[in-house]
Amino acid sequence: MSELTNAAKLPSKKKNMPKIDIRTFTMIGGLVLLWILFTYTTDGTFLLVRNISNLLRQMAIVGILGAGMVLVIVTGNIDLSVGSVLGFLGGLAAALMIWNGWGTPATMAVILLAGALIGVIQGSIIAYIKVPAFIVTLGGLLIFRGGLLGVTKGVSIAPFRPSYIYVGQAYVSNEVGVALGVLAVVVWTATLFNKRRSRLKYNFPVESLYKMAAKIAVAALVIMGIILMLNSYNGIPVPVLLMVVLMVIFTFVAEKTTFGRSIYAMGGNMEASKYSGIDVRKNLVIVYMLNGVLAAIAGIVLSARLNAGTPSAGMNMELDAIAAAVIGGASMSGGSGKVAGAALGALFMATIDNGMSMMNMDAYWQYIVKGFILVIAVGFDIYTKNKR
Amino acid sequence: MTDFILEMKDICKVFPGVKALDQVSIQVGRGEIHAICGENGAGKSTLIKVLSGVYPAGTYDGEIVVDGKTQSFEGIEDAEKQGIICIHQELALVPELSVGENIFLGNQPNRLGVVKWDEIYYQTQLLLEKVGLAASVAGSEHPVVTPDDKIKNLGIGQQQLVEIAKALSKKTRLLILDEPTAALTEKEVDILLDILDALRKEGVTSIYISHKLDEVMRIADSVTVIRDGKSIGTSGIKELTKNKIISMMVGRELTNLFPRVEHTRGEVGFEVKNFSVDHPEIPGKKLIHNVSFKAYKGEILGVSGLMGAGRTELFSSIYGAFPAKSEGEVYIDGKRVDIKSPGDAIGHGLSLVTEDRKRYGLVLDMNIKENTTMSSLGRVSKNAILNESAEVHYTNEYVQYLKTKTPSVETRVRNLSGGNQQKVVLGKVLMTEPKVLVLDEPTRGIDVGAKYEIYKIMNMLVEEGVVVIMVSSDLEEVLGMSDRILVMGEGKVRGELAIDEANQEKIMMAATGGLQG
Repeated sequence: MSELTNAAKLPSKKKNMPKIDIRTFTMIGGLVLLWILFTYTTDGTFLLVRNISNLLRQMAIVGILGAGMVLVIVTGNIDLSVGSVLGFLGGLAAALMIWNGWGTPATMAVILLAGALIGVIQGSIIAYIKVPAFIVTLGGLLIFRGGLLGVTKGVSIAPFRPSYIYVGQAYVSNEVGVALGVLAVVVWTATLFNKRRSRLKYNFPVESLYKMAAKIAVAALVIMGIILMLNSYNGIPVPVLLMVVLMVIFTFVAEKTTFGRSIYAMGGNMEASKYSGIDVRKNLVIVYMLNGVLAAIAGIVLSARLNAGTPSAGMNMELDAIAAAVIGGASMSGGSGKVAGAALGALFMATIDNGMSMMNMDAYWQYIVKGFILVIAVGFDIYTKNKR
Repeated sequence: MTDFILEMKDICKVFPGVKALDQVSIQVGRGEIHAICGENGAGKSTLIKVLSGVYPAGTYDGEIVVDGKTQSFEGIEDAEKQGIICIHQELALVPELSVGENIFLGNQPNRLGVVKWDEIYYQTQLLLEKVGLAASVAGSEHPVVTPDDKIKNLGIGQQQLVEIAKALSKKTRLLILDEPTAALTEKEVDILLDILDALRKEGVTSIYISHKLDEVMRIADSVTVIRDGKSIGTSGIKELTKNKIISMMVGRELTNLFPRVEHTRGEVGFEVKNFSVDHPEIPGKKLIHNVSFKAYKGEILGVSGLMGAGRTELFSSIYGAFPAKSEGEVYIDGKRVDIKSPGDAIGHGLSLVTEDRKRYGLVLDMNIKENTTMSSLGRVSKNAILNESAEVHYTNEYVQYLKTKTPSVETRVRNLSGGNQQKVVLGKVLMTEPKVLVLDEPTRGIDVGAKYEIYKIMNMLVEEGVVVIMVSSDLEEVLGMSDRILVMGEGKVRGELAIDEANQEKIMMAATGGLQG
């Protein structure tokens, strides 16, 4: 077969343009409308940098959870336990550090390992014993909520060491923020050049250097713009930075690795994936393990932000994470969904929470509106798909 | 002028990137059986979906005239109101419900919403008699079907007949059957064709879509051929021969259906010794008993046998994918291999093209590129990081090698025709660079032209030194392509025939146990 060439069916340059589907487009449009609405109803307070910074901090935990939840949903499964797991691990961290005098690095390491272990156990029961994910993680929801009450003995445990609180409350200094921005732009540039080199190697058409330069310039402008804006208040909040880094890592894993491709294939057709030689059970365990680690990170961030391990931490957060993933385009039947979509979904929900509380509306309205948004987002998507 | 029950005029239907139907016209006379023939991807199924309201009016151009009146169907219900009932290729029965419940699903006789079950079961019994399921057919292995049997306990052929009973329960004037015999045994085909004949005598018009030209020649009154989304022509059956239909379908004369070439047999490339497989559900029972055979480089080994002979189970067990315990020895290139999963099999150079490509072969919502590289992600990645350019490069290679017809390697596999989907599966499997390739029913449900191409690909692979094993229920195909034939029956090897001594009778004799020893 070696005599064959790449003569026909070259992917055109158009294929490399970012693909924005109708759903993402609608969500971004909806988000912009909401922001305009809230800016108007709060006489501009909503758009103050202080509030934007707040808004981003509000979305961080759900965004972190959503990144993993997308992967779980892509495989056609669900994880109802993450809220309880993050609460439990936050409580465990408090018990270790405050009652037993552990240091920050040891505590965090143990919490991350515990999160991974919880994920491996739940994932193994789902993958190898074939108990439905809904049941296993519903069990996990109850078990770890109970575990949290047991570990904390039903009381709030406070305060953490300052080095621990840093993760949930601190801001990155302005200089470091700018440095990180520059680093991001450099990495982005290197990625584009790498791709270009690879395409040239296979004699595929590449975009002009001008176009590439323009792409890099736009990215640099956006990144530096956001960082400078945040710097004008307090700097980048650490939880937000953490979320962004995790989002980038998980997007990379989902879209650029063999593991990511495998889990999309599994969600699209489990049997065909198995017959294609993909180790579907191992991959499923890894997905749950990653989700457990993210729950652990979210648990650390939340307990650090509250500066306490509390018995009610993380209550119902699994539902926020699922909603974020689904609003962001993940399909509950598996096979499709984007990590960045979960960030969009998390931002959407944080916007509603933030904007409505700034308007001094009663909290119950937030639930009602979020519920409607969830159903409308999915309904609209399915409606447009069916029409095609 | 002839009395037409249905005229479809200048139907055009466009999907993103593909013009599926291009000014197709068809006239169906009242009371006839009208066959529609065409290669897969020719647009037959699309035409039927337009007619039966699956694609509502407005999503296509053209005119549908029923009994001289132009109709625009908004949905399946509108078409059914006109007595147009379609039985699609994928059966639409609920496995957990009974035969009676399925037949009257959606229009149960009722009083104020309370279902009249006795009425349903009485009517169902009458319908079952009509389609030959109520009384045991002579020689049939199937027991009598009763109205309260669950669908999941019925064989696929019986289910097909239940679908027809369901169609008869409605006031059907025009019955459309899309590939109704694809999964039927010969006896069941006979029953089906008899029923269609009886319906014709009662004045029901049928549209019969099939690849199986023998059936078409036997039952149809007239034939319309569609090719590449265009109607090629309609003729009465008396003016047609099988070859004439084939040449209309493919647009050229096909002198030979099978591109047989002389192969020179090399050394043993694949050997199975004393392979047994347990029954996945019944403990203590075995599906496969002590099967042993050899396959040589430079030959195509055909594996024949009746449905349920255990061929698929045998090869998916060897491949490490069958969910039951197995024992036995497998040798590739003389070396003993231990295969516990499909991943192991692929690693050792054994690949399998499964019989049901939609279920086991493809991720329909992924594109050609993603499906092609699925079994060989290691070849297009470094440190587990995918190289998209390499993916496109390799996929292009296989698309060209296999002559897959597609606008781009990023086309979703769902949008391809059956033959091209099968080529994507082949591409995926070939990308693993197998030493031994097992093809399970490689040409099922694909058209004559694509079949021919797949046979040629098999020949090329044999030339390249791949051990090719073709499992097939199609006797003509087995006789047409194999160099040697292994016949299986009841989980055992029942016979082995060299091609020059093999014929259909001998294979059937061996398969049914008449040629043992």
